[in-house]
Amino acid sequence: MEFSEEHAGERIIRSLRGRAEGRAGRPRPFVPSSRPLQTVQVAPAKRRGLRRFYSLRSSGINPPGFHPSQIPFYLILLPVVAFMLLPIIFIFSTAFKPFEELFVYPPRFFVVNPTLKNFRDLLTLMSASDVPVSRYLFNSIAVTLISVAASIFVSSMAAYALSKKRFGLKQTLFAVNTVALMFVPIAVTIPRFLIIARMGLIDSFMVHILPMLAMPVGVFLLKQFMDTVPNELIEAAQMDGASDLQIYWRIILPMVRPAIATIAILTFQATWNNADTSAIYINLESLKTFAFYLSTLAATTSGANVVAGQGMAAAAALILFLPNLIIFLILQSQVMSTMSHSGLKG
Amino acid sequence: MSMLNRLRNWLDWEGSAYAFISPYAVLFLIFIVIPVAAAILLSFTYFDTIQFPHFIGLRNYITLVTQDDVFMKYVLPNTIEFAVIVGPGGYALAFLLAWMLAQLPRLPRTVLALILYSPSMTSSVTMAVVWQTLFSGDQNGYLNSFLLNMGIIQEPVQWLQSPQFLMPIMIVVTLWSSMGVGFLAMLAGILDINPELYEAAAMDGMSSRWQEIFYVTIPSMKPQMLFGAVMAIVGTFQAGAIGVALSGANPTPQYAGQLIVNHVEDYGFLRYEMGYAAAVSVVLLLMVLFFTRLANRLFRTEEG
Repeated sequence: MEFSEEHAGERIIRSLRGRAEGRAGRPRPFVPSSRPLQTVQVAPAKRRGLRRFYSLRSSGINPPGFHPSQIPFYLILLPVVAFMLLPIIFIFSTAFKPFEELFVYPPRFFVVNPTLKNFRDLLTLMSASDVPVSRYLFNSIAVTLISVAASIFVSSMAAYALSKKRFGLKQTLFAVNTVALMFVPIAVTIPRFLIIARMGLIDSFMVHILPMLAMPVGVFLLKQFMDTVPNELIEAAQMDGASDLQIYWRIILPMVRPAIATIAILTFQATWNNADTSAIYINLESLKTFAFYLSTLAATTSGANVVAGQGMAAAAALILFLPNLIIFLILQSQVMSTMSHSGLKG
Repeated sequence: MSMLNRLRNWLDWEGSAYAFISPYAVLFLIFIVIPVAAAILLSFTYFDTIQFPHFIGLRNYITLVTQDDVFMKYVLPNTIEFAVIVGPGGYALAFLLAWMLAQLPRLPRTVLALILYSPSMTSSVTMAVVWQTLFSGDQNGYLNSFLLNMGIIQEPVQWLQSPQFLMPIMIVVTLWSSMGVGFLAMLAGILDINPELYEAAAMDGMSSRWQEIFYVTIPSMKPQMLFGAVMAIVGTFQAGAIGVALSGANPTPQYAGQLIVNHVEDYGFLRYEMGYAAAVSVVLLLMVLFFTRLANRLFRTEEG
């Protein structure tokens, strides 16, 4: 018997889609139904009954409020979430521990008398080669801000061309970019190093920034989002005599703000957490970043002075982590709406 | 004259498109296309960074398969073990968590999703400092002290230096930070499914949640599933540096946590055998390609 599960699933979906559309009768632009199978007519009374039955059984996807049927999900999710949270609580707790508490035996997970001493120590500390920690921090902030700004423009311009313009190489370039989604930068560290060395970018500020701007995921997400901007809007603007740049700047950019927020976050995380660039392409201590400094702390704390360094290392990890968290908190709803358009056609 | 006109015409129509895309295209070429091409070319050469590379045909690949004991005995099995558990395992976990989250109302869902996502904001390598404290090998280590208190172990364990424990710890740590962009994409995908599909399915007599997942949820969000899969594959292979970061040594103790990425670095930056390292990285790229093709087959959409 030839019955593959996958095809069965697809058939069912198609027929269901047809039915859902037949009943609701509202336009659904994103799920074109290829061929609605026989539409089952359900009497309105029965439909209401079913809906009530359904909401009794469970509130289903994205329910409006609490329902007893959700309890099992809470029971599974809460322990997982607690486990995921543990290391983060540990960073917070250790970062604020005073010296004595770091040495307590047996070690205590939570801090009792929180203090800012670790942060003060960290910021006044000099690395082995007389570079103050504030210098690493400054480098990180500068590199990250420039990368995020540049990445927004570079990616959105490319996405605009790929989404809204007509040109010969359009399909090819988008296909190449889609393949590049699976690019693993760490695999080509060596040829990248040779090329960057040949370009004379070793020990330059730009080497922190330029490689970050080639971000296929960013262009992909922006392009998918721009596809939802109606072409009529652009045509109307063209009739009013708007130039390409004006259309890009006044229409496209404001309309894809959620996607831009997402790109900003992705670039921010990639750059702010990046220790590899400093380790591989930078020899000058004064040009290295804070993430790199933290990774050297990791190396030194495994030596003799394990415990004393823990507090400062945790403080540094916290400084590295908090900006990520805050920015994501501010922009999370925009990220989620971008992710709705992240679909990849195989 | 007509040449000029055609040129102007072309500039009006296509020129601006190329102008918009060129900054990205140039960077893409320099930092992605050329390095990949260079890795493939270098993999057929002997190159010690001092002399100009000379062509040696397939010898690097032959050595890799026939003579590189470390690669065959440790690196390849380790990479496969790590990739299979973290890749499909992490992916299934991400989907299940996203699906369960979608069954909750908005506020708790957002809070829990945020907590699940937040580890992926940290970079696992820089986080090594925290893990080293938690898994510290003396009785002062948090895990050791906890287990000693519970009476589960009698002596402190050298978690990160023992071949036996390094790999499981690497896997846990990587899974911990793997609920990233792909996870968010799948969550968004599940939430976007038209609820009427479920109602229609219920009318058709579909009663269990598992049936719903396999016949409604997954088929409706194949594009997001594929995006999540690609992100999971890339994340898995990109996470290769974690073993070296945790144990603080390349090679890792008795090669227990040695992954293909570390092998590339070992040959490239420690032994300066760039040609050979390039061959290893080509193998890595082929593995990524293979798994992505597999995901493509699983989640192909009919129109696409």
